Amino acid sequence: MPEMNVVIIDYGSGNLRSAAKAFERAARESETGAAILVSSDPEALARADRIVLPGVGAFGDCRRGLAALDGMIAALNEQVIGRGKPFLGICVGMQLMAARGLEHGVHEGLGWIAGDVVAITPHNGLKVPHMGWNELAIDAPDHPLLRDVANGDHAYFVHSYALSAQDRAEVLAHTDYGGTFPAIVGRDNMVGTQFHPEKSQATGIRLIGNFLKWQP
Amino acid sequence: MLKVRLIPCLDVKDGRVVKGVNFVDLRDAGDPVEQAQIYDKAGADELCFLDITASHENRDTILDVASRTAEQCFMPLTIGGGVRTTEDIRRLLLAGADKVSINTAAVKHPDFVREAAEKFGTQCIVVAIDAKRTGTEKFEIFTHGGREPTGLDAVDWARRMAGYGAGEILLTSMDRDGTGEGFDIPLTRTIADAVSIPVIASGGVGTLDHLVEGVRDGHASAVLAASIFHFGTYSIAEAKQAMDKAGLAVRL
Repeated sequence: MPEMNVVIIDYGSGNLRSAAKAFERAARESETGAAILVSSDPEALARADRIVLPGVGAFGDCRRGLAALDGMIAALNEQVIGRGKPFLGICVGMQLMAARGLEHGVHEGLGWIAGDVVAITPHNGLKVPHMGWNELAIDAPDHPLLRDVANGDHAYFVHSYALSAQDRAEVLAHTDYGGTFPAIVGRDNMVGTQFHPEKSQATGIRLIGNFLKWQP
Repeated sequence: MLKVRLIPCLDVKDGRVVKGVNFVDLRDAGDPVEQAQIYDKAGADELCFLDITASHENRDTILDVASRTAEQCFMPLTIGGGVRTTEDIRRLLLAGADKVSINTAAVKHPDFVREAAEKFGTQCIVVAIDAKRTGTEKFEIFTHGGREPTGLDAVDWARRMAGYGAGEILLTSMDRDGTGEGFDIPLTRTIADAVSIPVIASGGVGTLDHLVEGVRDGHASAVLAASIFHFGTYSIAEAKQAMDKAGLAVRL
């Protein structure tokens, strides 16, 4: 029997197969023996030791997808806020941790991280979406998620909106694209990455391994 | 700083890698998943599979390639070729693709791009544009591997596709593809400057200088090449080093 159950929440947002494979690889490499389960069942969260919320596309669509799973948002609040289970949000899954998303209207987020998700408006006429490999500038070098992740390591981003963080203490790393925005946010038992660790080759696998080992 | 992306592309037929010179003279050179792993380890920034016979043959071979690649390579994977319906897109994404590229279907039904972007998100919709020079500064869209003219102006079309929700444009010069003479720089620059979304330059890379030109002179956000990597003329590392030496921001 595996000692640790990791649930990746499936709410109809994108392909979770490759995400699950990346977590399985990270579980092997970090020797955490984690079992990875992709599930849309809120009750699976009660049995999970760690919870991952992925997400691609628009904030509002993801929010609706999550709300469409009866009891999922309540289960997230209960398990992550109430019971303090380690949580990782990825891309729009990270953005959903914010208070609100301002993409195609105003949408309520989970309200765990202070700030709104707003359109990025890079100066110098840079292209939007921000798509590709960018460098991490680490603000919280001692955070266990960032163990063996160095300033300047690259992560794969693809997004047109970003968190406008209100509490700088909740920004664990940022990146620069004609202006800066959070690359990793977190507090207590929760973290979120604007980039895709499951697409960020060795750095991403290392970061996922750190999440699996994290004892907040 | 965001890095310029270097994207090796593999043409795939019946689940095997091929590369045509001007879309004929196909040569078979191996298993796409093994190739993908080599590129992954070498530091490619993304991978691209183009299923060149998708319109005629069984699509499931590419789904198998996608799923086996996604199990091994934790990096962005784009698949194109024969993508006609939202069901095609769904199947590719579920198999393990991160993005799909739409070509002929976009020309036939432009609203398909809008529908796809709304359904799956702009981040996974790449519109592939095959353009040919028809005048000094005139470029026209062609389909079917460059055989069918459409009468569409390439710049207008690129702007329209960006407006419909394409996340990026994969721009191939049909005059240069397979020639090794370098990107069509005026074409690349004209399109890249006309749209606010990233443009991937493709078609014609024969030397490492060509990769540099695509970004420096063509204003592309990413450069795609097939043969020079595929036949071992240059390695990914050599290409990255050449781009770095030329002052481009690359991930080394």
